[in-house]
Amino acid sequence: MLPDGNISQRWQKSEILLLGGSAGSFKLIFHIIKEFNPSLNKPVIIIIHRKKNFYSDIERLFSEKASIPFKEISDKEKVCENTIYMAPANYHTLIEKDKTFSLDVSDAVWFSKPSIDVTFESVSEVYKDKCTAILFSGANQDGAEGLLKLRNYGALTIVQHPDDAEMTQMPLAAIELKAAEYVMTAAEIFELLKI
Amino acid sequence: MNTLHAFLTTAELEELTDLIKKVHGFDFSSYTKASLKRRVQRIMQLKRLQFYDLKHILVNNPEFFQEFLDEITVNVTEMFRDPPFYKALNSQVIPYLSTYQHIKMWSAGCSSGEEAYSLAILLQEAGLKKKSFIYGTDVNTVMLKEARKGIYNLRKIKSYAENYQLSGLKGSITDHFTIMYDAATIHSELKQNTLFSVHNLISDTIFNEFQLISCRNVFIYFESSLQEKILELFYNSLSPLGFLCMGSKETIRSDKFKNKFKVINSKENIYQKIVT
Repeated sequence: MLPDGNISQRWQKSEILLLGGSAGSFKLIFHIIKEFNPSLNKPVIIIIHRKKNFYSDIERLFSEKASIPFKEISDKEKVCENTIYMAPANYHTLIEKDKTFSLDVSDAVWFSKPSIDVTFESVSEVYKDKCTAILFSGANQDGAEGLLKLRNYGALTIVQHPDDAEMTQMPLAAIELKAAEYVMTAAEIFELLKI
Repeated sequence: MNTLHAFLTTAELEELTDLIKKVHGFDFSSYTKASLKRRVQRIMQLKRLQFYDLKHILVNNPEFFQEFLDEITVNVTEMFRDPPFYKALNSQVIPYLSTYQHIKMWSAGCSSGEEAYSLAILLQEAGLKKKSFIYGTDVNTVMLKEARKGIYNLRKIKSYAENYQLSGLKGSITDHFTIMYDAATIHSELKQNTLFSVHNLISDTIFNEFQLISCRNVFIYFESSLQEKILELFYNSLSPLGFLCMGSKETIRSDKFKNKFKVINSKENIYQKIVT
């Protein structure tokens, strides 16, 4: 059961969906992109921590199975509706005011590149309250501060319930910072996204 | 380190770039805003400066500007970053270049020299090092000093071992260094025929003619209009049928230059100048 009716409306109203995660998030995010509803017409940005030299396997799998067009982000690419974008390994992904992506190779944040914090923070300033962001399982605290920033801009922020997550550190860090407006199980998140 | 605490608005960022242009003549206006903002916020945090203080010190302390410039440029680099790129270079470009009498390469935005030395190793392994010359340029004087020294932390060099191996080169990366305690010094024969000097891609002009220009992960910091301007500089700096290498996530977006280059490798963004 979803927490309340308001959350569905907020999700419907969002112009972009952000999915962040690290260890233990892969299967859940993979499920979402396989089943994502094309009629929603929203762009989705995925930020998953991973090793820099082994990017091709995840990307290949995602692009084969995604329900809507899937792309690994290129620099200065425009954000289009109904497309799933993957933040490339060994870069940070930022978003500009004109809704184009820009990449950055500067230092890792929380030992992570791509960093979820960097993308979340950057998106918050462009999409403000017209954004839904979900932070899944993970073994470090990346994403929590960025999620808080999103929440402060009025975005709908959701964190996977630590009891439901394979790795609890990432969800717990976000909850501790009060970055999570809703704490939900994966099943509840899928229900919200109508998957 | 986290950059979320020092806060800068878009209007403040614009005010700052205007100020720097007026006082120091350095034009940041065509840099991509999101990453520039992150960099400025990082400096504010590092130096514990509020926006007002930053403006004040930029105007009143001329020495601070070089420091600001050195901090604002992104100096993260790796040896053999993106191994598939070096593999492609080895199989698709090096055989072609080997037919030349003399090979000149330009590592544009070379930072501390890791890319220039990666190219040097590649040329050495192909037996072409002696007839090659590599120029490395950057705006960051501190990094250029590091590049000239060619001395790196051993742990850093070891972290490139995987890149090296995946690039398909024989032996190990440490074979190219002299190691003493935790310092790894690049072999002197690799340093021969290299020159590192200051060059600003935005304001400086052609200084030589090259068979290959490598400018990887530099365009990501520039807006499209500026990218086009620098593409023009590269086009004019390349010899006929010279090669241009860009980062794996960068492409030639300018319509003006799309048709002036042939795609050699679309995944690794290796281009060749077309002679018209």
